[in-house]
Amino acid sequence: MTQSPLDLALRLGDDALILSQRLCEWCGHAPTLEIDLALSNIGLDLLGQAQFFLDYAGQLEGAGRDADVLAYHREEHEFKNCLLAEQPNGDFARTMVRQFFFSSWQLLRFQELARSSDEHFAAIAAKALKEIAYHLQFSADWVVRLGDGTEESRTRVQTALAWCWRFVDELFAGDDGVLRPAWEARVSATLAQAGLSLPAPVRGITGGREGRHSEHLGHLLAEMQYLQRVHPGAQW
Amino acid sequence: MSASDTSLAERVFALLAAVPDPEIPVISLTDLGIIRAVRPGHPPEVVITPTYSGCPASLAIQRSVRQALDEAGLREVQIKTELAPAWTTDWITEEGRRKLLAYGIAPPETAQDRLRAKGDDPATCPQCGSAHTQEISRYGSTPCKALWRCLDCAEPFDRFKCI
Repeated sequence: MTQSPLDLALRLGDDALILSQRLCEWCGHAPTLEIDLALSNIGLDLLGQAQFFLDYAGQLEGAGRDADVLAYHREEHEFKNCLLAEQPNGDFARTMVRQFFFSSWQLLRFQELARSSDEHFAAIAAKALKEIAYHLQFSADWVVRLGDGTEESRTRVQTALAWCWRFVDELFAGDDGVLRPAWEARVSATLAQAGLSLPAPVRGITGGREGRHSEHLGHLLAEMQYLQRVHPGAQW
Repeated sequence: MSASDTSLAERVFALLAAVPDPEIPVISLTDLGIIRAVRPGHPPEVVITPTYSGCPASLAIQRSVRQALDEAGLREVQIKTELAPAWTTDWITEEGRRKLLAYGIAPPETAQDRLRAKGDDPATCPQCGSAHTQEISRYGSTPCKALWRCLDCAEPFDRFKCI
């Protein structure tokens, strides 16, 4: 399946936007102040990436929509983010596994994108890769620490791996399937450090890329879009 | 490039060397290495690059640059943001590094390969100079800094992350 540049810009922009919104739900609620800072900072990096992609999507679309309009004035079925990004935070272990899976994928995908002949995509990806390296390191460290920690933390991280695993197939749909062996190798290597392993294959859940989302996205958008829906075009 | 183009570039760089970074006001925008070029033309452009994709200071920086240009009578100079090549801490000037250190922020080291799989080299404590230091948190008060502590003088400090 060949993707149009517009579709690609929306997918990558929506991934970053929705996961950013999820991560910032931790603000003021994270287990420690340092984790609070980290999750908000990762969310901020993703929000910046989202803005670049969605502004570019708006340019490609040519209908006068910028990143703000695309973020605040689309309905659920118009969002192209992967289902993994919109899943609720759950406990800290699930948030870390979700981030670890996502950042591992984003790193590989963006390494490809940085070599794109499209200079907009290449520039956004090259910049984002520096940030993603930090996100991946942070989440991988926590997956190992939880897996290698107490019986309780190990159980939680195993549960989280199984929970998130269903949403992995979607990341590798279509042409992105070629990235899967490298992703599994990297993820397995980290899990092995904590004596964990990849879950057994399951039937993956897909649909986000085509705008078929879980019910969680609507609730997230209701909160994220509220102000602009009530006061369209409101500015600081 | 004509003589007047060169003098415009020099003038703009000199102006922006006096504009502080909004989050770390001890260093200027040119110290930080985010002012990439002044391009002559109609209109002429000053090119800025963000430090991090989501840097919340980006808008404040654009406003500061606009104000400095306007006050110097350079209203025609436009501000352009470019992402490529991506900003690196290697672009922080020597002067900028000295100012960071004096302010109590450990400056980033200059080296080719920043993105190693595991951790950075221990930071040097900006208070006592000890290399006996430890990372507390990879993320700090701004996207560009991490939290560290000195194991000798016990002072916590910010460290500029190498990217």
